[in-house]
Amino acid sequence: MEVPILKQGFYLIASIQSALTDADLSQLREALVARVGKFRARGVIVDVTALDVMDSFAVRTLRDLAHMTRLRGAETVIVGIQPEVAFAMVQLGLTLKGVATALDLEEGLVFLDRQVKARSDHV
Amino acid sequence: MSDEVVITIASDVDVVTARQHGRELAEQVGFSAGDQTVIAAAISEIARNILNYARRGAITFRMVLDGDRSGVIIVASDQGPGIPDVPKAMQDGYSTSGGLGLGLPGARRLMDEFEVVSAPRQGTTVTMKKWKRTHG
Repeated sequence: MEVPILKQGFYLIASIQSALTDADLSQLREALVARVGKFRARGVIVDVTALDVMDSFAVRTLRDLAHMTRLRGAETVIVGIQPEVAFAMVQLGLTLKGVATALDLEEGLVFLDRQVKARSDHV
Repeated sequence: MSDEVVITIASDVDVVTARQHGRELAEQVGFSAGDQTVIAAAISEIARNILNYARRGAITFRMVLDGDRSGVIIVASDQGPGIPDVPKAMQDGYSTSGGLGLGLPGARRLMDEFEVVSAPRQGTTVTMKKWKRTHG
């Protein structure tokens, strides 16, 4: 199932609606990395609220996605990791190190606004 | 009760089917939402191991409901190349498939009992169990 990607201002929002296969996840990664260029996005939010499991493949794919979009100039934040999912991830040894996370979509937007502002202040 | 369900693992869609079935079974047994997720995550890892190493295999699900304890027994088996060095494969970070190397050791941490039987060219069988906590 393809994940819908919305454009809101300088940001892309991918909202996962149901369980994803490995192929779906890889497709999402490719689509977001491509669209960062197409829409000149500065930030990406991946909403995983609907994911009931994050296994090693999902975590690796999201981490790669975040690193690839960063190389393209856009910061990615993963939002909506459920408490049980976080628990299982930590037990599996999956940490999403180096990837920004936020509680929900609202917090994700706040995070990106801060990141983008910090970048433009820096220049 | 010994109703068994067998799910063939031959593509990434089957990984999703298997973990969803495991979650439903865990719910029937009465596991908490947290434990249901833990069980589903463990199934996802061993199902992916089948795909990565053997390409094809099966996962058998069974629930145990008796007076003393209840839980789930999940057996993943394949006729793939087998694991030459099981203790090594159980170490964190050890992978020959380019993965994170968390598959088997990660799944073991999630479950209460975990056993791997493997022989070169004869395949691998992983048996894992989780028991419902009666308190806490």
